[in-house]
Amino acid sequence: MSAPARVDIRVSSGATLLSGWGRTAPTSAQVVAPASADEVSAVLAGAAKAGGVVPRGLGRSYGDAAQCAGGMVVSTDRLDRVLGWDPATGIVRAGAGASLDALMRHFVPRGWFVPVTPGTRHVSLGGAVAADIHGKNHHRDGSFGGYVESMTLVSPTGAHRLSRGDEAAGSYWSTVGGMGMTGLITDVSLRLVAIETAYMRVDTERADTLDEVMSRMTDSDAGFRYSVAWIDCLAKGARLGRGVLTSADHAQLADLPSRLRGQPLGFAPRQRLDIAFTAPSGLLNPLTVAVFNELWFRKAPRRRQGQIQGLATFFHPLDGVGSWNRLYGKRGFLQYQLVVPPSGSEVVRRALEALGAAGVPSFLAVLKRFGPRDPAPMSFPIEGWTLALDIPIGGRSLGPVLDDVDEMVAAAGGRVYLAKDARLRPELVPIMYPELDHWRAQCRVLDPEGVMISDLGRRLGWLDTKPDMEKGR
Amino acid sequence: MNDALGMPQTAVVVGATSDIARSIVRELAARRLAKVVLTGRDEARLDSVDEELGALGLETHTGVLDVTDVAAHAGLVERAADALGQVDLVVMAAGALGPDGPEPPDPTATAELFATNSTGPAALLTAFAKLLAEQGQGRLLVLSTVAAVRVRRANYPYGASKAGLDAFAQGLSMGLEGTGASVVIVRPGWVATRLTEGRAPAPFATTPDAVARDVVAALERGTSVVWSPPVLRLVFGGLQFLPRALWRRLPS
Repeated sequence: MSAPARVDIRVSSGATLLSGWGRTAPTSAQVVAPASADEVSAVLAGAAKAGGVVPRGLGRSYGDAAQCAGGMVVSTDRLDRVLGWDPATGIVRAGAGASLDALMRHFVPRGWFVPVTPGTRHVSLGGAVAADIHGKNHHRDGSFGGYVESMTLVSPTGAHRLSRGDEAAGSYWSTVGGMGMTGLITDVSLRLVAIETAYMRVDTERADTLDEVMSRMTDSDAGFRYSVAWIDCLAKGARLGRGVLTSADHAQLADLPSRLRGQPLGFAPRQRLDIAFTAPSGLLNPLTVAVFNELWFRKAPRRRQGQIQGLATFFHPLDGVGSWNRLYGKRGFLQYQLVVPPSGSEVVRRALEALGAAGVPSFLAVLKRFGPRDPAPMSFPIEGWTLALDIPIGGRSLGPVLDDVDEMVAAAGGRVYLAKDARLRPELVPIMYPELDHWRAQCRVLDPEGVMISDLGRRLGWLDTKPDMEKGR
Repeated sequence: MNDALGMPQTAVVVGATSDIARSIVRELAARRLAKVVLTGRDEARLDSVDEELGALGLETHTGVLDVTDVAAHAGLVERAADALGQVDLVVMAAGALGPDGPEPPDPTATAELFATNSTGPAALLTAFAKLLAEQGQGRLLVLSTVAAVRVRRANYPYGASKAGLDAFAQGLSMGLEGTGASVVIVRPGWVATRLTEGRAPAPFATTPDAVARDVVAALERGTSVVWSPPVLRLVFGGLQFLPRALWRRLPS
């Protein structure tokens, strides 16, 4: 690739303090926002001198994945355009900085939906690929990387057009789930799925024990595209892990009540509330969370079928509250997500018991079954059970308890989600991700000098950074 | 890197032979600490600390350093950065207790006490603060004392010299805002250590291990001032309003 003739890159004055969505462990870095692949190349060329570089989308990783202390953070904010659309195939090509929110607002009214969505629309396309995100349909449809037809990756060796299945497939699958360590994705071609309406047909069911939640999900999830359970991890004794199952499919036109049929694809979700202040740390504590959980459990119907819900209500309820992460106070919070293979399902119970015994409150605990994994070496989802927990920082025993749970997960052949991690012990990474070395070798092909560095990568020691890079001063 | 729970992976410990510093390192080693640079004035004692902490599985590097030797500071900062890559935590534990008793101390001893407790550590903190700000992350843990909050008649040279360091650290903390680097000030009460051996304990006496546990809890919560035991925050909150006539009559 030839060097760009003239580059105009917006550089913020001085360093910016950045943290993830969990608002923990802030570090400072220079933030730059290039507007084209050529500008990205120019930024990466200067990265060694700057002390390393990492891409950052909308900052929805909970931990330190999109931070590079003392180095450079490349924002994809200006790479946010829709670049092409083929209504015959449903394939959209868009900049890596485009959000799933923007894609939904544009394409849902035209009868198309994103193939995979997490619990928020406010993630970037680039971040969705780099974390190989999953949603409530993983058991049927797999993760995000399976719907990317091709993408442009600008690595320190230059720009690469990566497609699934071509000779550079190694580069492709190392970038999917690669947490930005192979370079910066500038645009993505994504296969959307056709929908008849902007509504979901939802079945809700209460289950009084964890075993019941798990057995009902095992029995029923093959019959639904989307399936997830909310779990009460503060209930005592036999009720620990009681939960509310939701199973859903996209509603057909015929499913809608007549008042909705006039505009079946209407989609304009609004933010109802904004948390404009940082709540006192400790607002979400074992007591308040237990009260919330009790109410949430009782509010759910014992059994209800065929309820019609809007897409945003079903998929992104928290997007209705702006900056909800501030409710956890200035200390912030952790999101902990584990997955264990079906043979290790007992770890789910043992993890809930360990956290319960330590009095660790979790406001949002979500259980789901994953389907088969994709070929990406660092992708999180593997077939089995996944449990995700939001945990406020503050309890004295939190660190050691999570360390114990990590050990159980690793011993069962499971892993934790790196896009959410903020405290894993580095020694466990090669055990949880056995293809780590293979992935590292792929990273070295695309980034021979090791300039792609994140705080996450440094903390987990997964890339042997060069001594002169570390110094960058 | 420091993780979300404030746990460092690397640390420089200045005054590593101090009982409190060793307890802090032991607590942190049980969590995420893997590599340390240890400095002290006394080579023989430093070697025994090296052996003790190395046995925890830590990668250790040692260097003899007198904190009053400001000319040697830049060399330590450079060595630490080379040995550790990222410096996540600096524990400033160098210090001396000085003479006990209300008699006016010897002028030379007074100057030495201030060099050891105040000017030396302040200079070295400045050097490390620059490194941490460039790194965009890291914490400076400064061992102060409750005696710095209101100096007592019995040991005012010590209290005053630590008060200088405490105030300096408060200022440094403000100066570092926005850089990713930060300061944590630790104010223990009377601690049973090698330094206080043979002296009468004060109320709310504590141990190095208890101080270390309070420090770890503060790192986890992101607290900027640690009182140990925590009740001393309330005690000294009240004592600062005690009239001087009463304060100077307090025993010890």
